[in-house]
Amino acid sequence: MMDFWIILTGSLVAATCGVLGCFLVLRKMAMVGDAISHSVLPGIAIAFLISGSRDSVLMLAGAAVLGLITVFLIQMLQQSGLQSDASIGIVFTALFAIGVILISLNASHIDLDLDCVLFGEIAYVPWDTWILNGYDMGPAAVWMLGGALLLVLALIGLFYKQFKLCAFDPALAAAVGIPVALFHYLLMGMVSVATVASFESVGAILVVGMLIVPASTAYLLTDRLSRMLLYSVLIGILSSAGGYYLAKWLDASIAGAMISVAGILFVLAFIFSPLHGLAARYLKRRRLKAEAGIA
Amino acid sequence: MLSSFTSWFADPNLQWILMGSLLLGLGSGVIGSFAYLRKQSLLGDALAHAALPGICIAFMLSGVKSMGLFILGAIISGALATFGIHAITRFSRIKQDAALGIVLSVFFGIGVVLMTKIQHSGNGNQSGLDKYMFGQAASMMLSDVYLVGAVSLVLILICALLFKEFKLVSFDPGFARGMGMRTAFLEQLLLLMTVIAVVIGIQAVGVVLVAALLITPAVAARYWTDRLGVMVVFAGVFGGLSGAVGTMISGTLSNLPTGPVTVLAATLLFAVSALFAPNRGLIAKLMRRSRQRVEVRQWAGTPESGLGAAASRRYAGERSADS
Repeated sequence: MMDFWIILTGSLVAATCGVLGCFLVLRKMAMVGDAISHSVLPGIAIAFLISGSRDSVLMLAGAAVLGLITVFLIQMLQQSGLQSDASIGIVFTALFAIGVILISLNASHIDLDLDCVLFGEIAYVPWDTWILNGYDMGPAAVWMLGGALLLVLALIGLFYKQFKLCAFDPALAAAVGIPVALFHYLLMGMVSVATVASFESVGAILVVGMLIVPASTAYLLTDRLSRMLLYSVLIGILSSAGGYYLAKWLDASIAGAMISVAGILFVLAFIFSPLHGLAARYLKRRRLKAEAGIA
Repeated sequence: MLSSFTSWFADPNLQWILMGSLLLGLGSGVIGSFAYLRKQSLLGDALAHAALPGICIAFMLSGVKSMGLFILGAIISGALATFGIHAITRFSRIKQDAALGIVLSVFFGIGVVLMTKIQHSGNGNQSGLDKYMFGQAASMMLSDVYLVGAVSLVLILICALLFKEFKLVSFDPGFARGMGMRTAFLEQLLLLMTVIAVVIGIQAVGVVLVAALLITPAVAARYWTDRLGVMVVFAGVFGGLSGAVGTMISGTLSNLPTGPVTVLAATLLFAVSALFAPNRGLIAKLMRRSRQRVEVRQWAGTPESGLGAAASRRYAGERSADS
């Protein structure tokens, strides 16, 4: 049962992040996802200081607000003429530093372990259960992640066409009257929510791996967005299950092992993908050369 | 507070640490300027995360906590990471930013696995690897401080000696090649120096925040000048200042990790620069814009509409030069 809950939590993280990650990768905003995953920390800390408990709803709200502030600040700096990666770097390090300072200043009455925020403790997930009216409803993290996944799926499902167009051709989307900025901020808000929902289990740093790596792997395997979303989720789930058993075998961090497995899958796709892999490229080039030689 | 401050300064040990973090900030500011111009700001972030598995493997193989070995391990894994980023962008359709993110998170994931492996095998406390997350300059060993200071000095010296070459490679690599410079070698050297700056920076501010040491002072310096020489000096001064302030505050106030304080000091310098710098700062820009608006209104108000048109043309020209 323990195994089941942990793998389920990992899979929920992977599914939520996998769907959002596809849009981040397509919009060339992977590092913005990285920035958000770091800069939600002060939001979590402030929500914690206000409520004094791990009230998940308040935390999600605080993180979503901070995520939007991050995106806003990055865009403001970019518009003032700064390189995009430099503005990302400045904003997320500053916000992350504020978060760490807030947590360490209140370390005495804040039950929020920095290591836990950074690396997560997915192994403890099954014990932290949600009790409703005296009934044990199963791990709280599963409910929170399930809620986040439902939210993401509902929003993406409702506005699939709009998100798709914004991802591939923002200019055209704007021309046909889609509020591109609104969908941009909606996506970023969802990324922040997904980050916070997952940070307790996989940690702030490894969330970015779950966002980017499976989505990039899927990007190498297909040319259709719908398939890319599906592959990304499946690869994420595969990595979390594989990572769990790898971690068990090695007696090491589960979250780290999940990302390592995702990395291995990426390398496999990078080399052997039938569409865009190294091997396929090499074979195609050789075939072309041979054909040219005959002709 | 004040007495603890003075007693802190009287301690020769801590004077050395202050000196070390000052030099470190100086060195990373200087290197960061070149990284910024070469549009590689976030590479530092990726390299810092990628250093973790190298550090862990160095510890696992040697069994001792030696900074020199850690630097060696980090350089090797940093080189692998840069190679990985290059290979991914070169041989697949994945873009630079996603490649950075993939390498960063996968290397870090492997690093976390190795780190927990070390901790579970029992000598985790002795290795103190968790210090690498947020840095603890105030508790650095004296030999480490010497090493950090010496390495930073060497980095600064190389930058000073090869300034002209680095300048040309950063601004116009094609022309540099045309001049007969060994651009590939110079670029690799700059990359290697970035890796080294990141690795010794981890010691003081930690893995997550070391990128700020490279990026923030350099960007802040960019606001003050259009000359590379001045910018590099400014970036070095900003970096050194934030390093010193961070070490002092976290050394006197307990419970505060060095890294975040240093980064916030640098961010403060950046905010001041972005607002108040002459010419490129936000306030200067707004003042110029409002002055131009008034000018345009005056011209447009005069009966000769031709002059008004000329003024608005001039205004539009300046605006496009602005952006």
